[in-house]
Amino acid sequence: MKIQANGKEVVLEKELTVKELLSFQKVEMQDYVTVQINDEFVNRDDFETLLVKDGDVVEFLYFMGGGCMAAERRLV
Amino acid sequence: MSFSNEQLERYSRHIILKEVGVKGQKKLLNSKVLIIGTGGLGAPAAMFLAAAGVGNIGLVDFDAVELSNLQRQIIHLTRDVGKPKVISGMETINEMNPDVEVTTYKEWVSSENISDIIKDKDYDFIIDGTDNFPAKFLINDACVLTQKPFSHAGIIRFQGQTMTYVPGQGPCYRCVFLNPPPPDAVPTCKQAGVLGVMGGIIGTIQATEAIKYILGVGELLTGQLLTYDSLKMEFRKIKLPHNKNCQVCGENPTIKTLIDYEQAVCELKQS
Repeated sequence: MKIQANGKEVVLEKELTVKELLSFQKVEMQDYVTVQINDEFVNRDDFETLLVKDGDVVEFLYFMGGGCMAAERRLV
Repeated sequence: MSFSNEQLERYSRHIILKEVGVKGQKKLLNSKVLIIGTGGLGAPAAMFLAAAGVGNIGLVDFDAVELSNLQRQIIHLTRDVGKPKVISGMETINEMNPDVEVTTYKEWVSSENISDIIKDKDYDFIIDGTDNFPAKFLINDACVLTQKPFSHAGIIRFQGQTMTYVPGQGPCYRCVFLNPPPPDAVPTCKQAGVLGVMGGIIGTIQATEAIKYILGVGELLTGQLLTYDSLKMEFRKIKLPHNKNCQVCGENPTIKTLIDYEQAVCELKQS
């Protein structure tokens, strides 16, 4: 089966869960990635159960900082 | 307000555009844009907005210019090292365009002051030029709660992303990224590095969005995340739905006051 992941065609041998797809695609920092399938956000609680199906359009959205420190620095 | 001959000449390449014209240039001169963070993103954004004749520019930053900033923060010069960034930024803008009035806020943004800063001049548009997630979520929530449009952006290594929030017209930053990652979970530019021009590309897109919003022309990056990979030289637009369960702009918002999240430890050690 074929899916689109971040704009690129990816061939999968079988349906994978979102979590499996994240590993298959070698996505780093999986705990902080927002996943969208067919223009809908996927609830993080469903990552281990929701199957990515043939023809699905998947996007991984990453946190990106950058720019300039401008918030108050607080003790952790 | 009528234009002086000097202004007609200075803005002639704008005025000749039918989407801008005399009317649009007046809108720019009467507009107020707040730039939070005068670093990699804020520096080019501020310079292009100043050159464009945005009449009031607010600069927020507590930091002083460091030598390591100059590889990308082009509003600051070598002689500015050690100077507060907002002062250095103001001086550059003053030299670029005397039509621009600069207001400086030499402070960190926090839940205590951000709404007051936004309300100070009743800014029309806000640019998030910050590098860290506590600030990004704070700016998002403050803009949602005060109903102000803003441009989000992030850059790291060879990559960047940006989206525009306009109240009532699509998702906010929190619709996409529910909560900040824990401190230290996601690297900052200081830890991971960033190609200097990334701020130039993405910060200039933020300035473009501000100008388009003020002029009321074109399509904004509302409901879309623009991502840029400079190694592949690839831009992508990802459609973003509004999240009806969003904690701050959803149907039943639970966030009604601003939150100060914790900063990464590594940043503290170097501060």
